[in-house]
Amino acid sequence: MFFWSIVLILIGIYSSYIFGKSRIKKLVYSTNLKPKSQYNYHAQYVLSWCLLPALIVYFSWAVFEEQIIQNLILDSFEYVEGAAYNDGLLLAEIRNVANNTDFSEGKSQEIINAASQYKSLKLTSEISFYISIIIIMILGSLYAVRKINIQFNAQDTIEKYIKYILIFCSSIAVLTTIGIIFSLIFESFRFFSQVSIFEFLFSTEWYPFIPIREGQAAAEGSFGAVPIFAGTFLIMIVAMCVAAPIGLLTAIYLSEYASQKVRKTVKPLLEILAGIPTIVYGFFAFVTVAPFVKSFGQSIGIDASPTSALAAGLVMGVMIIPFISSLSDDVINSVPQSLREGSLGIGANKAETIKKVILPAALPGIVGAFLLAISRAIGETMIVVVAAGTAANLTANPFENVTTVTVQIVVALIGDQEFDNPRTLSAFALGLVLFVITLSLNVLALRIVKKYRERYE
Amino acid sequence: MNSTLTQERIIALRKKRSAQDLRFKYYGFIAMCLALAVLVFLLYSIFSRGFSAFQKTTILLEINYDQEVLKLTPNSTDQEIEKGKFFKVKKNALNNVFENLSKSDAKLIKKLFSTNIDKEIKNYYIDNPSVLNTTQKLWVTAHSNVDQMLKGNSRRDVPEDRRKLNDIQLSFIDQLVEEDRIQKEFNNFFFTRADSRHPEIAGIAGSFMGSLLTLFVVFILSFPIAIGASVYLEEFAPKNKLTELIEVNISNLAAVPSIVFGLLGLGVLLNVFGFPRSTPLVGGTVLALMTLPTIIIACRASLKAVPPSIKEGALAIGATKSQAVFHHVVPLALPGTLTGTIIGLAQALGETAPLIMIGMVAFIPNIPTGITEPSASLPVQIFLWVESAERGFQEKSAAAIMIILLFLFMMNALAVYLRNRFEKKW
Repeated sequence: MFFWSIVLILIGIYSSYIFGKSRIKKLVYSTNLKPKSQYNYHAQYVLSWCLLPALIVYFSWAVFEEQIIQNLILDSFEYVEGAAYNDGLLLAEIRNVANNTDFSEGKSQEIINAASQYKSLKLTSEISFYISIIIIMILGSLYAVRKINIQFNAQDTIEKYIKYILIFCSSIAVLTTIGIIFSLIFESFRFFSQVSIFEFLFSTEWYPFIPIREGQAAAEGSFGAVPIFAGTFLIMIVAMCVAAPIGLLTAIYLSEYASQKVRKTVKPLLEILAGIPTIVYGFFAFVTVAPFVKSFGQSIGIDASPTSALAAGLVMGVMIIPFISSLSDDVINSVPQSLREGSLGIGANKAETIKKVILPAALPGIVGAFLLAISRAIGETMIVVVAAGTAANLTANPFENVTTVTVQIVVALIGDQEFDNPRTLSAFALGLVLFVITLSLNVLALRIVKKYRERYE
Repeated sequence: MNSTLTQERIIALRKKRSAQDLRFKYYGFIAMCLALAVLVFLLYSIFSRGFSAFQKTTILLEINYDQEVLKLTPNSTDQEIEKGKFFKVKKNALNNVFENLSKSDAKLIKKLFSTNIDKEIKNYYIDNPSVLNTTQKLWVTAHSNVDQMLKGNSRRDVPEDRRKLNDIQLSFIDQLVEEDRIQKEFNNFFFTRADSRHPEIAGIAGSFMGSLLTLFVVFILSFPIAIGASVYLEEFAPKNKLTELIEVNISNLAAVPSIVFGLLGLGVLLNVFGFPRSTPLVGGTVLALMTLPTIIIACRASLKAVPPSIKEGALAIGATKSQAVFHHVVPLALPGTLTGTIIGLAQALGETAPLIMIGMVAFIPNIPTGITEPSASLPVQIFLWVESAERGFQEKSAAAIMIILLFLFMMNALAVYLRNRFEKKW
């Protein structure tokens, strides 16, 4: 359906374009007057009135078709007694049987009936889709052609339409944000209707295992997220201990000491470090760094876990080095030259100038850079999923196994997802926390950096 | 002044200060070298692990394509060949790897070979039907355990119960090596197969195709939308609260963790709009939304770089505003926007977390052909292989990382080339 509807729409808009052009040409020829807009704009006007309704029909079909068919099927389907079906499984089975007759062996009569019903509904839907898209394209073009005349300012109208499209494009970013907030809050609300918000924020027990059957002996799950927050914090601290000194010193060296040649070679190399996908860092942490940390721990008499916070934190630190160094580099470069020269002029040497003049002047910007780096470390996923643990320990020992917010989100969603189960929903509550924290860190950092920039402009 | 500030003290103080200066400089230098050393070490540790995955181990097997055993005749149809008893031929061949094998030894021998060799034997016959009733020497794929042992990735000096291969199997391998019946050849499976449960026949073709399709969707969605949005914000937008809101929104969206976009894809695209799960369509849509801010920011920078005189020139000779923008400014800014888009695509290619959320993490053993078919993607494939307990997958994941780094490098090189080739200094 996808391919043929594209072909159909392309044919439709092409013929509507030709149709509109010939129409206005004929009008000009018969009246012998000069039209207000060029032929092309009239043709484009007809085209847009052909295309837009067609797209609306197409997308509404794409969104609603499957759901309407599913509801019709489920309404007419009578459940087999005692079968442990749920709607999703049932529909998947019906669809499999409908798409491939090989699957129908050994299936109950009801399912085979439903499958044939599904097939016929699908066919009806497809036929009516093609018919309605053709009709709507013809109607749209006819409406537009009726409006065309010599006096009609097609160019103005077209430009107005273009502007609407542009506004729509730029509102996508806003729609994305609304979508994020909506989905996070909605699902978190469902989570907090089952788990108390105080338990989530302040309890220290995280066992998200819900008994599968009613009355199962296993304990009730508990959702205290404090160990998760603590683990995230621990790994972030380790990462910043690596990245902050190395990144900042690199930035200072590159902007104050290094020759042009060194700058030109080292900066792209650091950009490589920034461009490496995070899963690669995860692999590095898991395969190279974690065994090293373990043997290092053994050599100093500490029993390190194979998925220790230290390994994940170290590698995460490496990941954010280029982030800190490039941001700090910008900040240091924007400190006015006059400050530097003044300090050197009264006899301070370079190191003293940097330590006592430039860094204090650049401090707000550097703090902003660190905040952005922290926000990135908190939101980083793949390194910790691969190299950190999944068990929620409340500990400050970096050789132990801790877990993070992002790991728990992945763990909750990687298997079966059931949206009435607090385990799945907990991912959205954790996501909400993550979103709020990173967003506020980011807003704060941007504000600090902006203030700082204004000071020296 | 203080009389104790003698000449010598001044010299000593100056020495101390310049030593401090030098030390500080060296701190910076060391930090920079450390960062670069880590980069080198990281690349080295990946490349040294990954290279061996481009080779596979094969073992010479003598196969007797006997008409009686196969239950085939020279004029059998394709369907009959499909049902031929190739497993029996294989069994005979395996029993005759060495002379006078006991039953238990034959079982051990069987474990030295990949489960794929049935297919290899059959395909060889399909390609050369004339081999019926002859004995052929065929190089067939060895099991991953043998492969890893011969490549030196698993060690043979550990106790027997901690090895995948026991002592008898090792002696068989040694014998095969001695008789030159075992060799390494180019691993074509790695480039032509999709994922598999067996490391020796797993490849990246499926996930690579999935990544390509996903990137295609990202490009189709994000490029026009980003250009539209940046043209509007740069050229048309009135200076009001709404525009400001959009701008703040875009810059903040760029810093939202990628995993949150995955939650958006799951909560809205899958659950509300009913996109098909695990497909490049939904993966590409999520990644497009994620990279959109990056691309918009790059596009706006390149639109800004076009001097206003060009637009004003067009306006002066009577063009309308949209004519001036779309006929003159946008074409001039196009190379810059393309560069930004390529960098955004590179970011999308390496992204893993949001794809896991929308279910592109499923085990997909075949190569996808369309954007609505379930598929994996390269970084997710790497994730799956890293997590896997099988030792043979580790070199595969390192090799897949090499491929993905190669592609990222090429995309960035293309972006730099475009920028240098078409960038105009006004």
